[in-house]
Amino acid sequence: MAKLKYRPLNLGRWFVWGGTALLMIVLPLIFTAGFTLTLLSQIGVGIIFALSYNMLLGQGGMLSFGHAVYSGLGAYFTVHAINLISKGSFYFPVTLTPLIGGLAGMIFGVIFGYVTTKKSGTTFAMISLGIGEMVFACSLMFAGFFGGEAGISTNRVIGKAFLGITYGPAIQVYYLIVGWALVCMVAMFAWTQTPLGRMANAVRDNPERAEFVGYDTHMVRFLTLVLSGFFAGIAGGLSCINYEIVTAENVGAVRSGGVLLATFIGGAGFFFGPIIGIVVFFTMVTAVGAMTQAWLFYLGILFLLMVLYAPGGFASLIVMHVPVIKARLMRRLWLPYAATLATGMVLFAGLVSVVEMTYHFSLEAGTNPEMKLLGIAFNVTHTAPWAVAVALLVGGFVVSRFAWSAVGRAWGDIVHVLQEKST
Amino acid sequence: MEFFLISMLNSLSYGLLLFMLSSGLTIIFSMMGVLNFAHASFYMIGAYFAYQISTWIGFWPALAVAPLLVGSVGMAVERYGLRTVHKYGHVAELLFTFGLAYLFEEAVHLIWGRSSVPYAVPPSLEGAAFTLFSTDYPIYRVFMMAVSVSMLIGIYLTLTRSRIGLVIQAALTHPQSVETLGHNVPRVFMLVFGGGSALAGLAGVIGGNAFITEPGMAAAVGPIVFVVVVVGGMGSLAGAFLASLLIGVLQTFSVALDYSLVDLFARLGITIGPDTPLAAVWNLTISQTAPVLPYLLMVLMLIFRPKGIMGTREG
Repeated sequence: MAKLKYRPLNLGRWFVWGGTALLMIVLPLIFTAGFTLTLLSQIGVGIIFALSYNMLLGQGGMLSFGHAVYSGLGAYFTVHAINLISKGSFYFPVTLTPLIGGLAGMIFGVIFGYVTTKKSGTTFAMISLGIGEMVFACSLMFAGFFGGEAGISTNRVIGKAFLGITYGPAIQVYYLIVGWALVCMVAMFAWTQTPLGRMANAVRDNPERAEFVGYDTHMVRFLTLVLSGFFAGIAGGLSCINYEIVTAENVGAVRSGGVLLATFIGGAGFFFGPIIGIVVFFTMVTAVGAMTQAWLFYLGILFLLMVLYAPGGFASLIVMHVPVIKARLMRRLWLPYAATLATGMVLFAGLVSVVEMTYHFSLEAGTNPEMKLLGIAFNVTHTAPWAVAVALLVGGFVVSRFAWSAVGRAWGDIVHVLQEKST
Repeated sequence: MEFFLISMLNSLSYGLLLFMLSSGLTIIFSMMGVLNFAHASFYMIGAYFAYQISTWIGFWPALAVAPLLVGSVGMAVERYGLRTVHKYGHVAELLFTFGLAYLFEEAVHLIWGRSSVPYAVPPSLEGAAFTLFSTDYPIYRVFMMAVSVSMLIGIYLTLTRSRIGLVIQAALTHPQSVETLGHNVPRVFMLVFGGGSALAGLAGVIGGNAFITEPGMAAAVGPIVFVVVVVGGMGSLAGAFLASLLIGVLQTFSVALDYSLVDLFARLGITIGPDTPLAAVWNLTISQTAPVLPYLLMVLMLIFRPKGIMGTREG
């Protein structure tokens, strides 16, 4: 992964944080359609979850395939807590119930983390997968606690209204999520600046040297995982308040895989990377998912392209351009970028056509061979549309490779110029 | 006795099938350091290819063609995917195969739909092979064992007796020296990856109709294969063999046993009512815990013997 040093002025930091907070607060006032609030709430919870995941992947170098365990168990403890509160077993404000989820996530982090963090790298990845599968299998075994197939549902509107806040309307829940998200973001960013956060980086980059300096790498990884479990649990608690239901899916492999995809696409090497990743992820799930059933396929392709060509994620792509803009060299990139975009669109059109036509063909070729793509109606059982689609795919692939190598050459020149300037 | 023998035979055939999957994964892991997350996906596409081919030209050609096709897909993945991400390290390779597993599953959804396909045992292999006490043992199970065992002998002979096998063994521990001696190590890697995928594909061909061919089959068997590799010891073929049989026995026997701790306590004269603390735990029968047992075994193994049954290295 590219090691880029980027240290903005403190004023810039205030601006970025303030801007993020302001954006999160005003967005639902600008976009008032019902589904945007759902999407924004999802993104808010997702940001906490993905940032907690990045404490492991980005800061600690631990690739986990079972992070949903901590958020999911946090969600289960929160849902039971809310149900007990509504029965009057004990008194606790709903606003703070995500803390119960956080504590649950932390406790399970202590239990599972001690075993899993003995090793990092591939071994950690496999064990985290095993733990995830184990908890998921347990969730179907203990129907009393996990609610079996139906899950556990709850009602977040309990107790007396406090200053008019009942958490009945979705907008109030959204602002609860925003509040928690901002607190957690600041806390997790502050953590990266603590000695433990720094040691987590050291253990990630060179565990052997960290051991020689006198740190117990197992302990550093363990503490990182426990804290990460805490924040994941908060995310789980918030999702429980948001949906008012918790099912076994919350601890499942799909959830764990999703947060990995989102974090990596956004960029694990940067603190703000997962935030971009979550926004891209949920926008794709919502927008592309509404258009086509094959959205997971496109997401998979985006992920693979990122792994192959931009392992630092979107965040690294953004940060990469900062020195270029400062040196006023962007004009060298516009033309190759435009060419890549144009040829890439051809390739993309070919890919989408082939995928959508295959889907249509396998699903309803017999009953309804007519389909529409980009406003063009055609018959999937005919050869001509397939020929066009494959031609677009192959032609797009060939020309975009030319455009792509032009980008590579332009970047080579720019790196050269920047190096000359700095010496 | 009858139950024991039949279950033992079933465990054996399941364990051997698991070994066909885990052997490929183990060889790829010990040679390239790549934990192939998409390995179970090759198993799945093996089953789907076999289904598709058997609807066109029958089961027997499919038995030969499908693994070869899966093997060539595997080689293409290594050549054009893994080799590109190799420079970013093992975690990037793992992530690449993880993304690939998603893509394979979605491609199966695209082409064959979201429900299972009717991939059935061929008529010539239907019926009973022999009768044990009063239970007929199906021919197909015997056939599965025969294919697995002959595959096993095949791998063993290839690795120990053939020239390419010796190069592979040498490249396992000393890739640089092998390269210096003039062997094309990247090509050996590609062949090994293709071979491992072909083995997984073959397991899919014979396992797909014995169990069920559906888009979820990769996600169902994948974690179990990882458990086998961890329990057996990362990178040890003999360990993977023992662990496959162990997991086979564990899974086959545990689903059939309906005892719980309550029964044990009852024998000791302690009665457990619904109000006893942790009643849900004591009331679990062994068959209910069956899905958890492999993972529990893995966690216990990691606590008490982190290098696995036959492993030589820790992590």
